[in-house]
Parts: sequence; structure tokens; C-alpha cells
Amino acid sequence: MSVLTEKVMSRDWARPGQNTLKVYKEHGGYQQLKKVLEMKPSDVTDQVKKSNLRGRGGAGFPTGLKWSFVPSLEKNTKPRYLCVNADESEPGTAKDRYILENDPHLLLEGVAMACWALGAHTCYIYARGEFKYPSARLDAAIAEAYADGIFGKKLMGKDYELNVYQVRGAGAYICGEETALIESVEGKKGWPRLKPPFPAVVGVFGCPTVVNNVETIAALPRIFEKGAEWFAGLGAGKSGGTRLVTISGAVVKPGTYEVSMNTSLKELVFEKEYGGGLPEGRSVKAVIPGGSSAPVLLPEEMDVKLEFDAFKPTNSMAGSGGVIVMDDTACMVRCLWRTIRFYAEESCGQCTPCREGQPWMTRICRVLEEGKGTMEDIDTLLNVSRAIAPWPPIGLGTTICALGDAGALPVQAFVTKFRKEFEDHVHQKRCPYGDHPWGVFGEFN
Amino acid sequence: MSEPLFTPEEQKKFDAGIAELLTHYPSDRKSAAMLPALRLLQTLRGWLPPEGMKQVAQKLETTVEHCYEVATFYVMFHPEKPGKYVVDVCTSLSCSLRGAEGLLKYLETKLGTHAGTNGEQWYLREAECLASCHTAPCFQINEDHHENLTKAKVDAILEKLS
Ligand SMILES: Cc1cc2nc3c(=O)[nH]c(=O)nc-3n(C[C@H](O)[C@H](O)[C@H](O)COP(=O)(O)O)c2cc1C
Ligand code: SF4
Ligand code: FES
Repeated sequence: MSVLTEKVMSRDWARPGQNTLKVYKEHGGYQQLKKVLEMKPSDVTDQVKKSNLRGRGGAGFPTGLKWSFVPSLEKNTKPRYLCVNADESEPGTAKDRYILENDPHLLLEGVAMACWALGAHTCYIYARGEFKYPSARLDAAIAEAYADGIFGKKLMGKDYELNVYQVRGAGAYICGEETALIESVEGKKGWPRLKPPFPAVVGVFGCPTVVNNVETIAALPRIFEKGAEWFAGLGAGKSGGTRLVTISGAVVKPGTYEVSMNTSLKELVFEKEYGGGLPEGRSVKAVIPGGSSAPVLLPEEMDVKLEFDAFKPTNSMAGSGGVIVMDDTACMVRCLWRTIRFYAEESCGQCTPCREGQPWMTRICRVLEEGKGTMEDIDTLLNVSRAIAPWPPIGLGTTICALGDAGALPVQAFVTKFRKEFEDHVHQKRCPYGDHPWGVFGEFN
Repeated sequence: MSEPLFTPEEQKKFDAGIAELLTHYPSDRKSAAMLPALRLLQTLRGWLPPEGMKQVAQKLETTVEHCYEVATFYVMFHPEKPGKYVVDVCTSLSCSLRGAEGLLKYLETKLGTHAGTNGEQWYLREAECLASCHTAPCFQINEDHHENLTKAKVDAILEKLS
């Protein structure tokens, strides 16, 4: 069994006043930044590479490697930008908000480190518009950092200007996609850009830009506190550090937990420290491991470490750490309908397969759920989703951005793994679960 | 022209706010301040009235069309005047597994409205995941977030409004 014995990212969350500069500094805050500012920027990037830090925004991309794609100042003299992705909108995911709420200076210290390494003088932290409280906490922390002379004309007294601004979104999931985020920072609607060119070369205002998730950047002060080897050693395989995961749905103790990369999905669901299992008499029917776009897994597929590469054989992904559990009394057709309705609503409308396909799949799924569908509808559903992004494996999407895949993969995974439930709806001409499609916790009381 | 857009006080706030926002961007990229500028306007007026959109366009050196293009893309912006209280109920998967559909029905009955219908008092909407999946079900009323909702909790929250 693998339960994390020492918290790393969330270790200070419970400390009263941790969100204030005073308390943050009393416990060693901004000391690591001081150290980093004595290092050569390229050495900082090397340490991040050594730490095996990987992006927590969904793809698990190695952070140091991403930074190294930014061209050198000799080759490209434009200013460079850091964007922190605090859009947190993938259904099932609720972790970054706690960093903003409980430990915003940890993020800001990481921001300064990353900017130093990248040679960036401006950082935009893009937070989803619905984050009224987390954003207020972050704004207060930014103001404190300016007032204390950490940010501004002289970064901690050094001859290096650093400005950090929060940009608040306004309710568009697509702006979590890095190029849509960049468009939004530029004051436009969130239409993803075709890649290449990648943001590392052409990003905000046409300048080299790195986009990293909140949790990724907030890990930096920890890396420099105890060393890259230590951080790498905490992890598993090629994934350094620990992870914040959120478990929701049919478990006794839903919550956001920090886990080891060696913790398995099964342990997360059943251990009393984490999800605490299901209520008496109920069992797992299905579990989504990494935000609702991650292909659903069967109970027998839960023996997998919560580490980025471990999910490959399951043709699913660790994604953004949003684990959603469905019990044996939940209707899989209804669950799929809710899942893909989200992507239909949030499609930016730029490419045809996604704009037309997502709502089409959603309509078919609804018809099936209501018991008005046919066997051909099930095949049409599959065909449409395959035209957007055939699966397995992950990554064959035909659209500009991965939102196409995000809606198409769940369809194929649900229909393939629970085909009988879809057919039962057709045969019985109704939902077999009647008025209670949501399982053990589905009633509102 | 009937009423002026802002009181002199509000106009001052708006002008100062925009001036501050413009310092966050390169001087030849004023229109980058679009999202925060629209947010500022909406905070002051409760929605995005056409007169305000003109002012935003002028200050950001862009077109009114650009303002509307952005305002209509993002669901939190209100180019049409919304009811006094905008109630956004998350009905994404995790919340639905914890009673969100029942919550929505409860609100429809209690408020005498239907999701998606804009009324004078209430504008009840189905929203997408609000990062409260583990503290479901949840909603936001005029951007104030409420989680772990029960009938009793909803009653208490609504009691304080209306
Ligand atoms: C449709 C879509 C939505 C996304 N939403 C988010 C998000 O809310 N937060 C996030 O950090 N990354 C999100 N991503 C991933 C980003 O594009 C990007 O890969 C990530 O922010 C990079 O940071 P990382 O390397 O630190 O993970 C999304 C991607 C897609 C395709
Ligand atoms: S895949 Fe969908 S969300 Fe992404 S760019 Fe195309 S239409 Fe927009
Ligand atoms: S699914 Fe409702 S808050 Fe995430």
C-alpha cells in the first residue's frame, strides 16, 4: 500500500494566515527565490529538468524540456512571457483553487523563479472567471509582493524588472487550452491557434511564451528547497514529485488529496485516508481517472499508479487529476450524456467536426437515454466520435485543439465498455434505472 | 439620451480602472485589456449597456464590434440585462452524481422559473463544472460560490436574498 507520509504541495494549507506574506515569510517563504536568483538561468532550467517535474495541467509534459524550447535571446530578441494557467475547468478537477486560496505566495515565488529562468519580465496569471474568492486571495498576495519590493522594478532588489498580473476569464472552458488562453490574454475570444508555431516561439503578442499550470509552477519552490534529486526521488518512473488529485462522485469521502505517484487509483478510491470506498452494499462500476475527457476505466483496470506514464496501457490518462467514481446503480448512458454535453456546450465552434459533431453526439445520447433510440443510433454515435478522434490510442484527433478528442474519447470508451447498457435502453424503450439514474448519492435532499 | 451611463463618481472609477489596466499591457496593445475592461463595466452597471461598450471601445482603441464579439463569447458577460440574481447551477458529471439535477428542479419550483429563462428577479442557468466536484452539488449566485448544498442550505441562502 502506498499512502503519502509527508505532504509536499499541501503541507502548509492548514496554517492560519498562510495566504499572507507575513506568515509565508515567517516560515521561510521567498528564501528559495533568493537562492535561485543567484543561479544562472540555464542552471535553473537544468535543475527543473533533473527534478522530473511534469506539467499538471493535463498532458504531463516535462516542464524543463518545455522551457528549453524558448529560443535564446541571441536568436530571438523579443520579450518573453510566462502565462500561468489557473483556468481549472475540466469536470472533476478542483485542485488549483486550493493553491490560490491557501498558499498564493507559493505560486508567486514559483512564478518569479520561472520568469528568471526564462528571461521573462511579465507574467499573466489567467484564472477562470468564476474564481471570485481564489482570485481575491491571489490579488491580495500580488499586491503584498509589490508592496514588499519582491515584484516590480527590482525583483527582490536585483536589477531585473518583473511584473505579475492576474487576468480573470469570463466563463469559457476552452480558454484553458494554452493557445486559446493566449488569445484571451490578448483580449480576444478564445479561439485556439493552429500549432505549429508553438507558444514557446510565437505566443502572447507574437513573443516566446511558456504556459504552465498552477500546480506545476507552485512545485518550483519545493524543488529548490530540497533539491532536484529529492523531488525526482519522491515520484515514480519519469514523474517527479507528488500529485494533487480530486476524487468525486460515489465515494464516502470526496475531496482533494495529495498523493504519491506510487499510490494507485484503487487505493485512492478505497483507502480511508482518501476516498474511503463506497457506501455499504455498493460497488464501483466505472471510474474516470483524469478529468471527464479521460476514457473511463472498469473496476478491474484500477490497479494503476497515479503517475503519468502508468495510464498508457489502459489507453486513458492521468490528465488533470480529476477522479470521478460511478457506482453499480448509476446509468452509464446518462453519465455519458452529461459528460459530452459539456464539450458540446464548450466547443469554440472553429472546426466543423467539433462544432457539429459534439452537439450531434449529445443529441443521440439523449435520445438513447430516453429510450427512444435504435441500434443504428449506437453505431452512428460511435462513427461520429471516430470521425472527430479515433480511439485507442489517445492523440489521433482531427481538430485544431484537443477539445475535439475530449468529447470523442469518452463516447468510444463508454459505448465499448458498457455497450449492453446502451442496448438495454433500446430494447426496453426506457432507462432501466427509471427516475434514479444517478446512483447511490444521486438524490437531492 | 435618457439617463447618463455613469454617475460622476462611477465615471471616475471607470476611467481610473481602465487607465490602471492599460499599464498591464504594451502601449500598442491596448485592446488586450478587453476582458478586464468588460468586467469593470459589468461590475459598475450590472451588465454591458451599449453606451458602456462604446466607451470601452474608445479607450481600448478598438471597435465596438470587437467588444461585442468578446462579450458574446464568454457566458459570464451580459450584453443583455440579466435578472437581479444570476443563479448558475453546475450540472456537470460529478455534481449530477451528487444530486445536481434535483437541485436544479428544486430551484425551478422554488423560484417559479425555468433554467435558461431570464426574468426580472432570477436568471437561473445550467452551468458547467465550477471546480467544486468534490463538494457537490454547488451553485453561484452573482458569482458568490456555494457548495455542499442541501435543501435546508439553499433555503437559508435564498432567504437572505429576494
Ligand atoms: C480543451 C482544453 C482545456 C484545457 N484546460 C486546462 C486548464 O483548465 N488548466 C490547465 O492547466 N491546463 C489546461 N489544458 C492544458 C493546456 O493546454 C496546457 O497544456 C497546460 O496549461 C500546460 O501546463 P503544464 O505543462 O504545466 O501542464 C487544457 C487543454 C485543452 C485541450
Ligand atoms: S476542436 Fe473544438 S474547441 Fe478546439 S478549436 Fe476546434 S472547434 Fe474549437
Ligand atoms: S462537476 Fe460540478 S463543480 Fe465540477
